[in-house]
Amino acid sequence: MSGPSTYTPNSGFEKWLDQRLPLPRLMHDTVRTYPTPKNLNFWYVFGGILTFCLAVQIVSGIVLAMHYKPDSTLAFSSVEKIMREVNYGWLIRYIHSNGASMFFLAVYIHMFRGLYYGSYKAPRELIWIIGVLIYLLMTATAFFGYVLPWGQMSFWGATVITNFFTAIPVVGGHIATWLWGDFAVGDATLNRFFSLHYLLPFVIAAVVGLHIWALHVPGNNNPLGIDVKSPQDTVPFHPYYTVKDAFYLVLFIIFFAVFVFYAPEFFGNPDNAIEANPLVTPADIVPEWYLLPFYAILRSIPNKLLGVIALGAAILILAFIPWLDTSRVRSCRFRPTMKWLFWFFAADCLILGYCGSQPVDATIAGISLVWIARLGAIYYFGFFFPIMPLVGLFETPKPLPASISQPVLGE
Amino acid sequence: MTAATADGATRRDFLYVASGAMGAVGVAAVAWPFIDQMNPSSAALALSSVEVDISTIVAGQGVTVKWRGQPLFVRHRTPKEIAESRAVDVASLPDPVAENSALPSDAPATDANRTIKPEWYVSSGVCTHLGCTPTISTPTDVQGEYGGWLCHCHGSQYDTAGRIRKGPAPRNLQIPVYSFLSDTRIKVG
Repeated sequence: MSGPSTYTPNSGFEKWLDQRLPLPRLMHDTVRTYPTPKNLNFWYVFGGILTFCLAVQIVSGIVLAMHYKPDSTLAFSSVEKIMREVNYGWLIRYIHSNGASMFFLAVYIHMFRGLYYGSYKAPRELIWIIGVLIYLLMTATAFFGYVLPWGQMSFWGATVITNFFTAIPVVGGHIATWLWGDFAVGDATLNRFFSLHYLLPFVIAAVVGLHIWALHVPGNNNPLGIDVKSPQDTVPFHPYYTVKDAFYLVLFIIFFAVFVFYAPEFFGNPDNAIEANPLVTPADIVPEWYLLPFYAILRSIPNKLLGVIALGAAILILAFIPWLDTSRVRSCRFRPTMKWLFWFFAADCLILGYCGSQPVDATIAGISLVWIARLGAIYYFGFFFPIMPLVGLFETPKPLPASISQPVLGE
Repeated sequence: MTAATADGATRRDFLYVASGAMGAVGVAAVAWPFIDQMNPSSAALALSSVEVDISTIVAGQGVTVKWRGQPLFVRHRTPKEIAESRAVDVASLPDPVAENSALPSDAPATDANRTIKPEWYVSSGVCTHLGCTPTISTPTDVQGEYGGWLCHCHGSQYDTAGRIRKGPAPRNLQIPVYSFLSDTRIKVG
């Protein structure tokens, strides 16, 4: 889609700049004239929303870092000070903590949208893989950030996650010690996690740049999953999608604000209001909601190394989807079997999330949740392999429309 | 001037490889401090020890004390617990070695190898699965099936000799080097 540039510098200054640093040309081509399929629906607004989320987290985070102290004896009280004494500190911290949840909510919708419409298929494999990388960086950043308030969940969450590395044979213990800077999570760990929590968002911003760059080469996929055939199939990004994205962004901000102002601790855990205590593990230790499905997969396997491998594989398998899906058709709209299996998969992720949120010995209607999580984990991996390759080979897709314009114009 | 050898290698080839190798050594030499700075400092490495007064711990109860930043279990076992623990077949255990820092690494996980005095059990309080602190089981507050400890994080169960019996943890609770200073005082580390 990145055809020849249509930018024409008007003023003398624009001409001067265009020959030296063609920044106005770049902006003109990427946000003004960028030809976009004209059938993008609601589910395509989350890319813009995610950019907004990243900006909110960076701005609010920089402000919080001006008041926060990354020291195990001071961290908890400095967060209390932010909440009680710093002018509007409560607001900025609640924006940042709820912003993380909003960020993950938006990224999951964005990922499921890509999965449903086959946005990972050729020629968009790299956009998807860069997206998986962004998601990994997001989880790492969120994990480091969750440790900083130095509450009980911060401390024990950090202990459990860093202990994943001790599952690695021979060198695992040394890796964990290296990460901690001590023999357990402690002051050294907190200090370095703060440093990394400050660094990674800027790495994410850079990788988002690559994500958008890679997107603008083939152009957007669309709900029909068919290629743009003529200029009639597209509209310029501005004003059509800038206005649409802005409208839904406002709705998203309202949704976000409801949590910040009316339920700021909705996603929080009361145990994190207790300062970290290395001698007492909270009775029920749960990660943040956005990691619960992976946590359920980890807990469903009664072997330390295999559990940790399954947890890692559950995320890494996403990077291989472009080659696991053998179908020639992108969009699930024209894939009668895959459509259902997709919705089963979405439900499976929710069920796994529920299992992960419950205590380890919980039951529902007399059935142990660990067994439900085991079935859920089997479908989770089964969906990617062998379901994805096999359904692609055996499914008969519905006929595709001749062009993006055709179903609209009824020709 | 060309100084090519029989196989066609020139002086320039040699300089190219040599400077490249030197550059790699230089990069590694600079990288190491940046990696090693994350390891525990000598202050953290310095072995600290702790003394615990055990006179107030009644049979059937245990305490958790802090040692090297981590929890340490001290438990006063009842005669019934000792007898049950001694009756366990070591071959049936998930981890059949003692995991006792004072013993060879292949010592069997018998009850005698897990304690110095049978009524006093001392070990690390760090679950060998993912590092949580397991909850003690007492005759009045039973946790798990083996009367020792239950880790609420992921459901690992230990017996009264700290041996893993059920759940995802791979190893028995680690026993540090410790000694009895008197009948009522132990020194750990």
